[in-house]
Amino acid sequence: MSNLSVDLNRVGAKGALAEEAEGKWGMVIDQDICTGCQACVAACAMENNLPFVMEEDAAYGRSLQWIRIERFWEGEYPEVRTTPYQPMLCQQCGSAPCEPVCPVFASVHSPSQELNLQVYNRCIGTRYCANNCPYQVRQFNYRDYHIEPFHANEVNGELVFTLHNQFNPDVTVRRRGIMEKCTFCIQRIHKAEDKAKSEGREVEDGEFTTACAQACPTNAIVFGLLDNPESLVSQLSHHEHGFRHLDELNTLPRITYLKEG
Amino acid sequence: MAVTSGYLGSEKAHTDHPEEEHDPRESLMYDPLPRGVMNDMVMESMHTTSWKFWVVLGILAFLVATCFFYAWGYMIAKGLGVAGVMRPSYWGVFLVNTVFWIGISHAGTFISAILRVMKAEFRRPFTRAAELMTTFGLIQAGASIFMHLGRVWLAYWMFPIPNERQLWPNFHSPLMWDLLAITTYVLGSTMYLFLPLIPDLAMARDRSTGWRKTFYRILALGFRGTEGEWRHLTTAMNIFAFAIIPVMFSVHTIVSWDFAMAMRPGWSSTVFGPYFVLGALHSGMGAVAVVLVIMRSTMKHMDYFIRKEHFDGLGKLMMVVSFAYAYFFFNDYIVQWYGGDRWTDTLLHWLEEGPMAWMFFQMVGFNIVIPFLTLWNKRVRTTPWLLAIIGLLINVGMYWERYIIVPVTLSINRMPFTWRLYEPRIEIFLTIGTFSMFLLFYMIASRLIPLIPVWEVQEGQMVHTLRKVGKAQVPTVSEFE
Repeated sequence: MSNLSVDLNRVGAKGALAEEAEGKWGMVIDQDICTGCQACVAACAMENNLPFVMEEDAAYGRSLQWIRIERFWEGEYPEVRTTPYQPMLCQQCGSAPCEPVCPVFASVHSPSQELNLQVYNRCIGTRYCANNCPYQVRQFNYRDYHIEPFHANEVNGELVFTLHNQFNPDVTVRRRGIMEKCTFCIQRIHKAEDKAKSEGREVEDGEFTTACAQACPTNAIVFGLLDNPESLVSQLSHHEHGFRHLDELNTLPRITYLKEG
Repeated sequence: MAVTSGYLGSEKAHTDHPEEEHDPRESLMYDPLPRGVMNDMVMESMHTTSWKFWVVLGILAFLVATCFFYAWGYMIAKGLGVAGVMRPSYWGVFLVNTVFWIGISHAGTFISAILRVMKAEFRRPFTRAAELMTTFGLIQAGASIFMHLGRVWLAYWMFPIPNERQLWPNFHSPLMWDLLAITTYVLGSTMYLFLPLIPDLAMARDRSTGWRKTFYRILALGFRGTEGEWRHLTTAMNIFAFAIIPVMFSVHTIVSWDFAMAMRPGWSSTVFGPYFVLGALHSGMGAVAVVLVIMRSTMKHMDYFIRKEHFDGLGKLMMVVSFAYAYFFFNDYIVQWYGGDRWTDTLLHWLEEGPMAWMFFQMVGFNIVIPFLTLWNKRVRTTPWLLAIIGLLINVGMYWERYIIVPVTLSINRMPFTWRLYEPRIEIFLTIGTFSMFLLFYMIASRLIPLIPVWEVQEGQMVHTLRKVGKAQVPTVSEFE
């Protein structure tokens, strides 16, 4: 029960757990070397059991992607210039706007991991968190996509869901009507922590990485321990080209972007 | 009872403007009928139904069965994919309907509580009609909120029910405040509807037979009309009338906080509270005008109770409310524009130039321009069908206003990659369903409970008398203690 108690000194004005420290887990994304290949998107979908939503829903803004590659153009035709690709995923805010607005505490902060968690079991689907997320990275399950017929092959008149065989057993398959978002591959964090605990040591930086960082062919995504000043991610996050998205909102994002290097 | 008496209008005013001189008997208060006759008129209006009534009732029942229950069931079974919500407009027409119906419900409280407290005499015959709109509107608002949930079958998790995991609702969330405020309002306004109904139910009980008598006997709670019962009832009504006014203001303020507390361009506006309250009164007054005109033209004897003076008073109220609404409207938009925030600026430009600009300008036209241009004219105010059309247009405008605030404003956010325009899908049917259900409930209620608060009219007629002073008939009014 002691895990459930809240340290009132750390409860901010809006009830969110505002953290003063830099955070525990962090990420650095170098937009200059991102090629926009979408490998991170595919790897994330494989790792976290994200279903296909098919063309119609995807075109209507319902694509289930915890990380998306945003691309923009500058200037008027014919002087059009593309800007660097911008991978956008949950920024794991230290003072997250999604947390205080949930009426049932489905969007909560993990004091031990210093991450935003989405409790799928608790979510009733008010979608307030998604509205209040300035990064628009929360995804809603509009249908039970993983059991839709388009997810299956028809064999002898019966639907065979072959894709179910590649589900990651460490990650929940979400049903319709709930909100989900990037977890920083918390299943990998837990696995590494369990291993470190059994060996009687702390988790080391670079021991594991998230699916998106693992898949990135140019190492544009770097994941690691932010609170370790020796780590690559900590050093890169203090790089002079680093910036944080919508910093003016004081959400304390844990992801630093590097651009115009 | 009669303690003091005073003149309503001086003789001088009448002689100065002879063309404005009118027979005081045009006013309901100075045109009294014996109590028995009036009671019979109200009873007859409840019992008279033509075949048209049943046809309309049947159509509405069909629409409720298909567009409300079937469509909602289908959506629960299939998921919110059949609705139009998406990124970035995670909230759509369901929330528009919620805000709209809560707005409609404000008229009842305003007319019956505030006008009762202020002793505005013209309110007397239509307080009941307005209060019914409160209760039935809130039912639709509640239904729309539940429709909007992704997992509606778990909605009870929002209530503070003790459970083995010691999970408690999040009282930091504006949605939680919303739930508590609306629940309070539903309970308070239903009780406030019921209290002034008791004497009329007792009247109906004494004049009915069969199942109706049983129905009224249970609801009338054994009211006999003794002095003590009246004293208790008046005390209770006074308490509720005063208590429900702050509840009414708080409810729509809290509904507006669902938006104003969020970090969205176009939403985080500090004036949203009073702006929403005024908007609610605006649509509510319009809806009362429409309902009164329909009542008067379809129900028997209603032209005795609802007269030109009432439409006149209602029209004046509508005009005043539209002035106040215009003040808050321009305050909201101009201050946001002056702030010069980049995203708000983008949003405002998109509202006036984008694909939904027609809706934005219709909203301004219907809510502000049309009431300003028409309602100053007494002839317009006293023409029932014209007032009904204006009321209807105000409601269309107010619906557009909520539509612009919820899904259209949500289209623009701080991540330009996600900008996309919302389109309603099954929401259209569910909207038809809620409107049909509201009308169905109203039609059934119009045949089950007296839509005219007879005792209130009789009370008013007792204190308003015409006295002979010299050769002139002078309208006088006494006050209650």
